[in-house]
This record gives sequence, C-alpha cells and structure tokens, in this order.
Amino acid sequence: MSDIRVKEVSTGGGIRSAFNYLAGQLRQIGLFIALIVIIIFFEIATPGITLKPINVSNLIVQNSYILILAIGMVMVIIAGHIDLSVGSVVAFTGAMAGVMITQWHLPWFVAIVLCLILGAVVGMWQGFWIAYFKIPAFIVTLAGMLTFRGLTQIALQNEQISPFPDEFRALGSGFLPDLGGGQSFLEPLTVILGVLAVLLLVVQAIRGRAARKKYNVEDEPFAWYITKLAFTTVLILLVTYLLASYRGTPIVLVVLGLLVVVYSAVMNRSVFGRHIYAIGGNLNAAALSGVKTQRVTFLLFVNMGVIASLAGLVFTAQLNLANPKAGDGFELDAIAAVFIGGAAVTGGIGTVTGAIIGGLIIGILNNGMSILGVGSEYQQLIKGLVLLAAVAFDVYNKRRSGGH
Amino acid sequence: MAADESSVATASFSMEAKKEAMVTTNILEMRNITKTFPGVKALQDVSIEVKRGHIHAICGENGAGKSTLMKVLSGVYPHGTYDGEILFEDKPVEFRNINDSEASGVVIIHQELALSPYLSIAENIFLGNEQQSSGWIDWNKTNLEAAKLLARVGLKDNPITKVMDIGVGKQQLVEIAKALSKEVKLLILDEPTAALNDEDSAHLLDLMKHLREQGITSIIISHKLNEIKAVADEVTIIRDGKKIETLDMHSDVISEERIIKGMVGRDLESRFPDHTPHIGEEMLRVEDWTVHHPLDHAREVVKQANIYVRAGEIVGIAGLMGAGRTELAMSVFGHSYGYNISGKVYKQGVEIKTNTVSAAIGHGLAYATEDRKHYGLNLIEDIKRNVSAAALEKLARAGWVDGNKEIVVAEGYRKDMNIKAPSVDALTGKLSGGNQQKVVLSKWMYSNPDVLILDEPTRGIDVGAKYEIYGIINRLADEGKGVIVISSELPELLGICDRIYTLAEGRITADVSRADASAEHLMQYMTQERKDQE
Repeated sequence: MSDIRVKEVSTGGGIRSAFNYLAGQLRQIGLFIALIVIIIFFEIATPGITLKPINVSNLIVQNSYILILAIGMVMVIIAGHIDLSVGSVVAFTGAMAGVMITQWHLPWFVAIVLCLILGAVVGMWQGFWIAYFKIPAFIVTLAGMLTFRGLTQIALQNEQISPFPDEFRALGSGFLPDLGGGQSFLEPLTVILGVLAVLLLVVQAIRGRAARKKYNVEDEPFAWYITKLAFTTVLILLVTYLLASYRGTPIVLVVLGLLVVVYSAVMNRSVFGRHIYAIGGNLNAAALSGVKTQRVTFLLFVNMGVIASLAGLVFTAQLNLANPKAGDGFELDAIAAVFIGGAAVTGGIGTVTGAIIGGLIIGILNNGMSILGVGSEYQQLIKGLVLLAAVAFDVYNKRRSGGH
Repeated sequence: MAADESSVATASFSMEAKKEAMVTTNILEMRNITKTFPGVKALQDVSIEVKRGHIHAICGENGAGKSTLMKVLSGVYPHGTYDGEILFEDKPVEFRNINDSEASGVVIIHQELALSPYLSIAENIFLGNEQQSSGWIDWNKTNLEAAKLLARVGLKDNPITKVMDIGVGKQQLVEIAKALSKEVKLLILDEPTAALNDEDSAHLLDLMKHLREQGITSIIISHKLNEIKAVADEVTIIRDGKKIETLDMHSDVISEERIIKGMVGRDLESRFPDHTPHIGEEMLRVEDWTVHHPLDHAREVVKQANIYVRAGEIVGIAGLMGAGRTELAMSVFGHSYGYNISGKVYKQGVEIKTNTVSAAIGHGLAYATEDRKHYGLNLIEDIKRNVSAAALEKLARAGWVDGNKEIVVAEGYRKDMNIKAPSVDALTGKLSGGNQQKVVLSKWMYSNPDVLILDEPTRGIDVGAKYEIYGIINRLADEGKGVIVISSELPELLGICDRIYTLAEGRITADVSRADASAEHLMQYMTQERKDQE
C-alpha cells in the first residue's frame, strides 16, 4: 500500500513543471551528459586527437559490431532474459562466411544472405529451448556459447580464413562513394546525408508535436523540446562535418543508423516491441492479457540470432579474416553497454538509444585510453568501475525517487 | 503467563505506581507525529495512545497513512526522519531500524508475509535468531522451541514442515509464532486477514484475543470492520494523514456505519449503490467443466461445474478458500490454470473454444485477477500502457501502435473511472490498491468484452473505492454485459449480485437468487461438501 497523494500538474509551461519533467528524464539526460563529459575529457587529455576526423571515423567503424549486438541484447534483456552466446555466434557466422566464400566459392551477397538465415536458425534453436521448453536463457545461451564456439572451430578446422573479396570487406571497412572524387574540402554525399538526417529529424519532431496537440495530449515543455532538437541537430552536423572531412560515410554507419531507427520504432511503437516490455515487466500479467508470451520470446531470440550474425559479418569483413577465436567476450561488452544504457536486470526497462550510448561510452573509453597509452589491465579495471558506477547511479536514483 | 487481562494490567499498574507517581496504563504513546515525503504530508500531527493489554485497531482508507504510522513506530522510518515523539512503556524511544524496535518488544507483521518458502517452519521462526550452542545451530532445541511456540498459536503442524507446504492461514500463524519467539510486547498486524478465508480469519482473531489474555498488546490494521468490531477494544481512525478520533468499543455501541463515517468523512447511506437489473439473453454457459490440478494430475480441482450468466446480470461465486473459484475462472479463461480440462463453453448459445487467452479475449471474455500485483499489472509501467495491454491491436495499424491515441484512451478512463494519479504517465506501482484495481478494470473495459469475470474485485481496497467499483460493476451490467464476481466477502456478493453460485470443494452446490440468499444460507452450501464427507 503506497501512500500516494494526487498532485495536480499545473497546466502551462511553468518553470516548476518544466523542472519536474526534466527530473523525470534525469536518467536519459545523465547518460548523455556522461557521454559528452567523457568525450571532452579525452579531447583535452589526448590532446585534440579524439575528435580528429580520422579517429571519429575509426571509432564508429571499430565499435560498430558491439553497437549492433547491443541493439539485439537490449531487447533480450528488456524481456528479462540474457544471451551469452552472441560472441560465439559472431565467430560462427564469420567462419561460415569464410567457408562459403573461399571454399564453396559462393558469391559474396549469397553468402551474406545465407549467413543471416543461419543466424535466424541459431536463434530458432535457442529460442525453442527457452520459449517452449522453458529452460532459462542463461543456461541455453551458456550452452550455445560452447556449442557455437565448437562448431566454429569445426568449420574452420582451427585454421584462419583470409582474404575476403573487396565487396564483402566494404561491409566492415568501406565508405560510401566519394561524389567529390576526393578533391572537395567536404565529401558531398556525407554532407547531403547529414543535412537530410537533420531535415527528417526536424520534420518528425514537428509532426509529432502537432499530432500531440491535435489529440490534446500534454507535451514536454517547449523550451526543452527546442533545446533537445537544437542539440541533436548540432551533434549530427558535427559528426557529418568530421566524417566529410575524412573519407566520408562508413557503410557500416548506414547499416547501424538504419538498425537504430528501425529498432527504436519497433520497441516504442510496434505491438511486438510493446509485448517485449510487457513480458519483461510482468510475465504473468502479460500472459493473462492475451500476449502470446512464448511466441514473442521465440521471435526475440530469432531476432537476436540474425543481429548477431550481422555483427559477425561486419566483424569478419572489417578484419578481413575468419578466425576461430573471433568474438571472444563480445557478449560481455554488449551486456555492459545495455546496462550502462539504463536497462534493468529484472527486465521491463531499457531503450535502444540507451544501449547505443552505453556502447559508445565503452567504445570511447577504449579508444581514448588506448591513445593515452593506458595498459589493458587498467582499461579493464576502469571499464569495470564505470559499469558498476552506472548501475549504482540507477539504483540510487530509484531509491531516492521513493521506490521500495 | 496465562493470567487474565485485568490482573496483568493491575499487576503492572501497581508495580509501576510505586516507582512513579505519574503513571499511565498506556504501553505506547505516539505524540504529534508528522512525517513528510517530498511534496506530501503523509502524517500530520498524529497522536495515539495504546493501552496495555488491549487490542487497538487502526482504520482508514487506503493512503490515509496507517502503514506510514506503523513504519514510523517500528523504525522502518528511523528516528529523525519524522517529527514528534514515541513513548514505549513510558520511556521515550528512538528506533533507528527494525532491530531496535524488535529488541524493545515491538514486532510488526506485514501484509505481505516475509517467510522463506523453502525453509521449515522452525527455521523460519528462528531466522536471524538461530538457536545456537557454541556457534553451531542446535537443531533439537530449534525444533523443540518451535513446537512450543506453535502450540501457543494453535498450530499442530510438525516444525520441520516446509513453509511452502502449508496454507496462507497457517503461514500467518507461523509469523505470529515468530513474533512470540522475540518476546513480543506489542504486536502489530497489518491487514492480517486480507488473504485468509473465513475459518482461518476466525482462528486468527481468536488467537489475538488469547494473546490479549496473556498480556500481549496488539495493534491491528484492517479493512474488515466486522473483525474490528469482534476483537478491538479501541479504534483509532485516520483520514488524510490526520487522526480523526479514537472510539472506545466498550463504552459506546459502535456500529460499522459509525466507523465508516469517520473513515470517509461522510455518511455512506448504503455500502452498495442501488441497481435495478435488466436481464437479457444467456451470454455465457459453461457445462460439465472439470479441471485437474496442474501438479497433482489425479486431483480434480473443479468437478463437473455448470454455470451460466445472462446479459445484464451480475452473478456471484461464493466459496471458501481452496474451493476452486479462481481455478474455475482461470481455466475457462484461456486454460490459464489446470491440467486435462474438459467441458464445453457456449457463448450466446454457440460452442466456443477458449484454449488460449487470446482466443478467450477474441470471444469477448475478460478476467480481472484476484492478485493485481503479480497477475494483473505491469507495476514498472505507466497507466496508459497497462490500460492498453489487453487490446493493443485496437490502437495499432499493421502492427504499429498509435501512441497518441493510446494517451487519449487512457486519459478517458482516468477521468471516467476517477483514477487518482497526476497523469496517465504515472507508474501503476505507485498507485493505491483501489486505483490499481481501476486500472485493471479499465484495461478490460477497453478490450470491450461481453463477459467479465472479476476475481475479488475489492480485495485490499478501502470503503470509498469499493463503492466506486460496485458502481462500475453495475454500469457494466447495464451496458448488457454478463458479469461474474468472485468474492470471499459474503455481504459484498449479497449486496451486488442478482444470483449467487456456491462452490465447495470444486463442485457447484447451489444456485441461489438474490431474493432467497442470506449469508447463513450461503455458508451452509459453501461448507456442504465437507459435511457430506465427514
């Protein structure tokens, strides 16, 4: 029995209500500020290397597969499960891509499609045991971690496969074609894409606000809405500028961008996504509300399998190497990204953007500390403490806001 | 130990009288307690006095501040986080945590029982207070002492029985035994009978009287006014964080209506809204419904039950705990309970299959569970997403949800159902029981069913909100829906239902119209099977 009192929210954009709104968004804002503080810190400490165009480009490319994994992982964790097998699945699909291309001599695009299907089959296998056989995901994916590592080694006969065709490698390390022919100060296609992204964002924001007005739904404070929009615009333009002054847009950024947009929409607005939140929040209540919990869980793991295989393709393409040891520990990086991004261990809470920001924080820490020449032992130590601090902040916040 | 109340009171009185001139018979005084949470005054200048050896009841609507007051008393909210003072046995006390208060003899038993299901009764009783000899647990002593304590609370079970293997009623008694093991002087019971059936409740109340004879003072928080009338010596009424009054249950003849008046601040002319039924054609019929226990496949939990409900009709199902009421409802609703379910379901005369929850919802059924927190709501999600949970496809086009429309729908229910929350973005976990129940009802109303099965729709809800829920039930019936209400409270069934089934040991034993029904009559049928077997 909680003692709640009705607090009338004052209509009109009073400073107080704006403040209350921001307090409610503390977690999201805090995460974002943390990311920016870390960037500024390394920019000063390195000095000036972190935000060099070439480093920003590398940062995106080198963290892309962890960010891709984090998108799938946050969905799994929101549903109250976990997936420990993704590192091995990355290795397995990479290995199979190598076998298909170099031994079976399949065209690279056929290999990509087959590998994604293979990822789906892997997901079905694990999803079946979890959703229908009711074995905890921790166990099933721990088993998967071992089995798929084993299958990787069998497929590769413990050898490495290299090299891959250039078209395939482009998925991991290629750039969109340079419309300026390498002569212009800023690469034109990247500029066009950046401006387009900003335009889409603004149009979407205005339409959303108009729709809320039409429905007479209480909206976020106007000042905050403008600040947020302006801030995001500046950020996109900054990244556009940096990328355009180097080699342009990495292909993997396009892939990642599409995944973020699509999966954010899925989690916020689709029936499937809402059912994932419902299952993670209260499985019994979801089942009694007519949510087909087993099917949703099954599909969730199929989805995770496909995403893991995509990450595997990107990783293999980037290294130009299929390696039996590939992807070792990726699952832990992805899980850490998700929890730094504000997901709850008990399920029901988390966002795709949170997971991406969490992944970026880890990526920038890695990158910045490497530039500074910090040894890997200290890198591990610091990343561990960051993860703990992020979750501790969450727990503290929850307790302060009158949780139990 | 078994001295009667008056001799205990006088003994302690005379003893203390020698020590001090100013002496009271109060074991506890809480003076001018004020407790504020950010933006909310949960308690305002509340003073209560509890007499030694009495049973003192605290009444108030949900959210009135009863539990907060008890948390202040037991040290859950440590000294310094509230204003005012507490005198226990005439000495000012400053409890910093539960251990402090328990060391002084104040033990609180919470609404949600805090027993570990996989441990034995004896282990639970001595949890945190293990019976040791030179650092090792002395199991013989543990079990022996536990058996003595169990005898005091009237429980005959073996102390090595696991807690998961005994019923809720007995678990409550184990909690009390645990309190007794701590040399309790003041026992606080928060809604002790909320989850108990009538028999177990009666036993518990007897035990409270028995403890009173042994000189143990109790504070009981309860919504069940008949129980308060039966055991309490005084009643303190709290409303909106303020103490309204303390009534002496002996000197005046205090009626339930008198207590309700204090709680809600107005006279409730009737606890049930007036309603004239408009009964139409048969809506749902369940025939020969038999359900087996999901773990013990040989056991029949529901036996060849036949029930029907007509459009505009409110049908009650009465039965003791364990009679199979919830099991009947949940097995019909998408086979959510049970094993090897047989029987037929007809909707408006046509046979339908309700094997999955989505099929049941598709055929226009709705089931609002008795356990809101575990089966009804996603407590970490807001009101709007809970309201839309059972009919999300109504808000979606090609699998995509219209979030704005969802807010409008939820906002409509918030106003219509009088859900007390700042907005539909409020988390349901932070609402009071009555408001949570309104969210559950909103969810099912939005799915627009033809038949609603409401399992204990007013459990743990205060009187004012109950009245509102009854109004909603009547409205649903007036819209031509068939409503089935399962309840442990017979007055409630008698007050709102047009017809009542009684269920005993999984069998329907009677189908009584409102005009013919009385509580005694129903109770006979509810216990019929057992008597037949004996």
